[in-house]
Amino acid sequence: CSGSPPSTMKRPVRKKKKNRLLSSRAEPASFVDILEERRRGSDISHALRAFSPPPGCGAPPPSPSALNKMVLESQHLRYVVLEVRDTPGQEEAAALLDEMSQNLQVTFIRLLGFALSKIFTRLFRRIQVNEDGLARLQQATQEHPVILMPNHRSYVDFLVLSYIMFTYDLSIPVIAAGIPLMGMSLIGEIFRRSGAFFIRRAIGSDKLYWAVLSEYVRTIVRTGFAPVEFYVEGLRSRTLKSLTPKMGMMHMVLEPFLKGEVYDLSLVPVSISYDRVLEESLLAHELLGVPKPRETTRGLLKARRVLEQDYGSMHVYFGNPVSVRELAKGRIGRGQYNLVPRDLPGRPSEESQAFASAAAHRVVRLQERGTVLSPWSLTALLVLQRPDGTRWDLLARDTLWLRGIALQLGARLDWPADLPDLEVMSSSMALHRSVVRCEEGCVWLVEEAGPEPVTQEEGVFRRASAVLMCASYRNQALHVFTRPAMVAVAMGTVPGHSQEDIYRHFCFLRDLFANEFVFVPGCGPQDFEEGCSGLQQCGAVSATDHELKPTEEERDTIVFLSAILEPFIETYQVVFRILCDERLQVFTEKSFVPAVRADAMKLLISGNPVTLRRDTEGYLPPTPTCCKLQCPNIYFRQSHCRIHPGSCSPTPLCGPQVATSSPI
Amino acid sequence: MASNTDISERQRIAARRLRVVAGHLQKCVQGEGAGVSAQACKTETPRSSPAKATSVPKRRQDIMKWNGWGYSDSRFLFNKKGQGEFTGKRYRLSGMILPSLKDWFEATFGTSLQHKTPATPTLNVSAVPPPNLVEPFVEELKVAGVAASHDPEGRVFRSHGHCLHEIFALREGRIGRVPDLVVWPNCHNDVVKIVELACKYNVCLMPYGGGTSVSSALECPLEETRSVVSLDTSQMNRILWIDEKNLTVHVEAGIIGQDLERQLNESGYCTGHEPDSMEFSSLGGWVATRASGMKKNIYGNIEDLVVHIKMVTPRGVIEKSCQGPRMSTGPDIHHFIMGSEGTLGVVTEVTMKIRPLPEYQKYGSIVFPNFQQGVSCLREVARQRCAPASIRLMDNEQFQFGHALKPQVSSIFTSFLDGLKKFYITKFKGFEPHHLCVATLLFEGDREKVLQHEKQVYDIAAKFGGLAAGEDNGQRGYMLTFVIAYLRDLGMDYYVIGESFETSVPWDRVLDLCRNVKERIVRECKERGVQFPPFSTCRVTQTYDAGACVYFYFAFNYRGLADPLHVYERVEHEAREEILANGGSLSHHHGVGKLRKEWMREAVSTVGLGMLQSVKEYVDPNNIFGNRNLL
Repeated sequence: CSGSPPSTMKRPVRKKKKNRLLSSRAEPASFVDILEERRRGSDISHALRAFSPPPGCGAPPPSPSALNKMVLESQHLRYVVLEVRDTPGQEEAAALLDEMSQNLQVTFIRLLGFALSKIFTRLFRRIQVNEDGLARLQQATQEHPVILMPNHRSYVDFLVLSYIMFTYDLSIPVIAAGIPLMGMSLIGEIFRRSGAFFIRRAIGSDKLYWAVLSEYVRTIVRTGFAPVEFYVEGLRSRTLKSLTPKMGMMHMVLEPFLKGEVYDLSLVPVSISYDRVLEESLLAHELLGVPKPRETTRGLLKARRVLEQDYGSMHVYFGNPVSVRELAKGRIGRGQYNLVPRDLPGRPSEESQAFASAAAHRVVRLQERGTVLSPWSLTALLVLQRPDGTRWDLLARDTLWLRGIALQLGARLDWPADLPDLEVMSSSMALHRSVVRCEEGCVWLVEEAGPEPVTQEEGVFRRASAVLMCASYRNQALHVFTRPAMVAVAMGTVPGHSQEDIYRHFCFLRDLFANEFVFVPGCGPQDFEEGCSGLQQCGAVSATDHELKPTEEERDTIVFLSAILEPFIETYQVVFRILCDERLQVFTEKSFVPAVRADAMKLLISGNPVTLRRDTEGYLPPTPTCCKLQCPNIYFRQSHCRIHPGSCSPTPLCGPQVATSSPI
Repeated sequence: MASNTDISERQRIAARRLRVVAGHLQKCVQGEGAGVSAQACKTETPRSSPAKATSVPKRRQDIMKWNGWGYSDSRFLFNKKGQGEFTGKRYRLSGMILPSLKDWFEATFGTSLQHKTPATPTLNVSAVPPPNLVEPFVEELKVAGVAASHDPEGRVFRSHGHCLHEIFALREGRIGRVPDLVVWPNCHNDVVKIVELACKYNVCLMPYGGGTSVSSALECPLEETRSVVSLDTSQMNRILWIDEKNLTVHVEAGIIGQDLERQLNESGYCTGHEPDSMEFSSLGGWVATRASGMKKNIYGNIEDLVVHIKMVTPRGVIEKSCQGPRMSTGPDIHHFIMGSEGTLGVVTEVTMKIRPLPEYQKYGSIVFPNFQQGVSCLREVARQRCAPASIRLMDNEQFQFGHALKPQVSSIFTSFLDGLKKFYITKFKGFEPHHLCVATLLFEGDREKVLQHEKQVYDIAAKFGGLAAGEDNGQRGYMLTFVIAYLRDLGMDYYVIGESFETSVPWDRVLDLCRNVKERIVRECKERGVQFPPFSTCRVTQTYDAGACVYFYFAFNYRGLADPLHVYERVEHEAREEILANGGSLSHHHGVGKLRKEWMREAVSTVGLGMLQSVKEYVDPNNIFGNRNLL
């Protein structure tokens, strides 16, 4: 990555190494529970309160119909209509726009404010919001158009930002939503009037639809009357792990800046995290191949019983606004549109694509950094490494040890200082009694109840859901450890201690996991640097000019960190093995995923998931064949379902060998 | 019918003849009321002097400031009561009190009249480096009868244009590299002689016309080790002939704008070329920089006006063989000359188009609720190709600036009327005082047509929410352009530095460019530690079929800055980057000089630059015209 990170990520000039290391620590944020006031005051008066957000940077908000008219009459749309179809194109565009457009009305925001107050106070103990972030957001809305970019972990995410903005007297965002939500009778309309606009999935090559959508989004950004909110990950993360960003919306929101139609844009990463996610078991089942239930109003009503459970706290962290202008400095020439009309439809240039991709990845990374972790996330990490049960006191001890490491690595932890540590951990775990139980000083993963007797498959299935849920909570914390863990694995696979070799292996892992974890494209050296300094921070390695050596005292840390990546490496191995199977010469993603699932099941039942030849010596350097393996149509999303039915033997492994031994 | 038109045609010609004759007869008489009101804004030079007399003497420093803009007798100052005042007698504003200037000045810049930064009063002659003379060259010049001088004051005067950094340095008494000799050719043949001698003795020549450059074009290159000779064209200022049949005039290129126009007016004609600097800039300078005039909508820019050019180069004299109005003889050689910025030779004589003086002139102005509406209106006017002689759109800041220059009103009635107008616009029409903006207009031509034209333009304006706002506002807008340069000197007395710069841009990007550049200026100032918000404003000054010319004013209070010039230059640099990123051009009419050289390759492509370089190589292989502009 040739340039520097965005200014918001910059700390004051760091000269000494020590300072730089310290900088990885999270800045303290002051969280305020917005539900506290709701519990004390009346929800009705909250809903009816005077709502007068400060005027944004743009003109006063146009009415939804005026906005649609602007879009329909835009030169861009006229070009596309001419290109695609003729006269009926205009009407078709109008119809698409009607389907899509939001109809934000303050009355509905109030209605929503009331309903959400009721729901949230029942669901959550607290909704923690960092007020300093909101203050920065408010500042940003007055300067430039703001793009709110939250992560997406639960259906509850939707509208929670609107709720917070309403509570804090900020302008209500317009939200990009998936079209299934629109299909919900009544609810869809309520969402629309609360500022949601609806985007079809799989637009493909429908030029007219792309044009209407992009012009609609750009018009909103250009006029800047309200923040635009969209999920850069594109969908709910079923695994609670950050997803690599989707670029469609990203291009649309960036374009007004690249074309000079706005002076600057503020991208505001928002990290939403839950102590416990409402749809945790649904997600686990979906990963196991049970199809997701369709979003319907009836389904929502049926799901009322979820209201009766305790979901702990929800954290919403508003990150520092990232100035797109700062990001673009020296990275992209804005003069690229000088020689063509700016309304001319066309694919973004390669330069713009690279820029948008880097920006989107950066935002996801910032979301990760802002995420507040619950103690349970750390415990889950440990539980997963001991799936056959462990003693509570050992688990507690190790969780505390892990907390130390996590803090060193810059994690943002929700660890109440005023309570004894043991109480914090046990209450955090108690929230998840559907996943783990603590009986007689031992901690166990819960097996799903069902009628006896069960087949072997069913048995695996029943255990799997708890493991997957546990893995999901681990995934929330994964980003903290990814880079140091990758360095640790790379160190284990290199014969000597040469930094250069380690870096080469690190890069292989980075390429291999490019779809698994979020890496800003082109920032390999920075990622490596981050991993190394993290390890140094924990005292696990000592670095000289060209060497990176593990220290004796903290060998455990290295082993532990390597073990974090293990399930991922193993799953990839399993998948590669299946790929090498000759029966699978031509396949679709649809048929491939169940095939993998079935094969994994077989392996699990046979009791040995790792069937590949292990060689501790003679690792071959990465070759181009590995890259082919990453082609997106065989990208395997549910890659962390590593389940140990038998003993949990440590299996130090490495990627390069696997890849090079594959015949593809 | 045919005879009818014949008769009227003959009558028309006769009437013009009469006017010409009358003009000649009146030459020595004070032409009371004969001048058209367009002249009202510019200096009113006494007409008693014979036509040949020039307003630029060889010793320019006798009537002009050595370290500021314009005439020595004309300047802004705050009098003892703290009121703004404009001294002298030359301008309409001269001798007037400007009651709102101080408040505007203090509020806009955060300055206080207590904090002064006075300029060095007189030139310290001993600080001027001694001349590096090539004796035989000087000798031969003397033999040839060409006037020359190495008087330090004269050399310093010709060592700069009017960029901020040039004037700022002079005010502080800092003198850089100055020419070693000044020569004053009297005619084309003198120039031929000078260039021959320069080639013979390898002396560097730098043509000097009006000295109004704002592109560092007149700065002596530091790396120049040869003797630098400033070739002052001011004495080549005669109108050689007027061709009434073809409506052309043949003029020596050293003539300055106001003299040319005044002398032509006396014969009943005008060129209509009125750049804002026309009081001081010369015809040769216009050609060398591709100048643009305020009234180009009727008369055209310099490239439209020029029929024939004679230029002396080290290779010899370049000119066309006839005066045909258009030719297809390969690339137009005039276009190697226009915009060459003194790098190829000296323009000595020019034939240009003239027009009969317009019968009627009328100013006008339109208030718009916001800048966006104003730009849309200008765009529509351009689309309908009905732009008046001049149409300019000032943004809100500049509108307020214009108001600050309102002279004291003499009667209660006028001030009452002003109040009423303001009430009508802001309260009754609901215009936001901090958003509204004003377009100023100048119509020219037959009385009837002007009135018709006026109606057409106001009708278009009405569609964009524009309200006619009177002639007075319009006229004041144009006056501003002539005194703004004087105002910069006032600012520099009180810690305020500033400059203007311009660009041209397609219509659809005008608004975006204006907003982004203004904002960029504000942000860059803040980032660079400027303590007070800068004055960052723009106006659309010309309309074309495919775009517009945009002019920016940028100034700030530099108290508390260690190196204000550096900050200023960085901000201007960033502003230009922003212009280019938003699809604007490197320059509409100021030229490139040395100030904007770094972007030339980007602006015209590597091949384009190579083309220009190869022309330079052929015409002037020894770099006799070594001002190092442009390339």
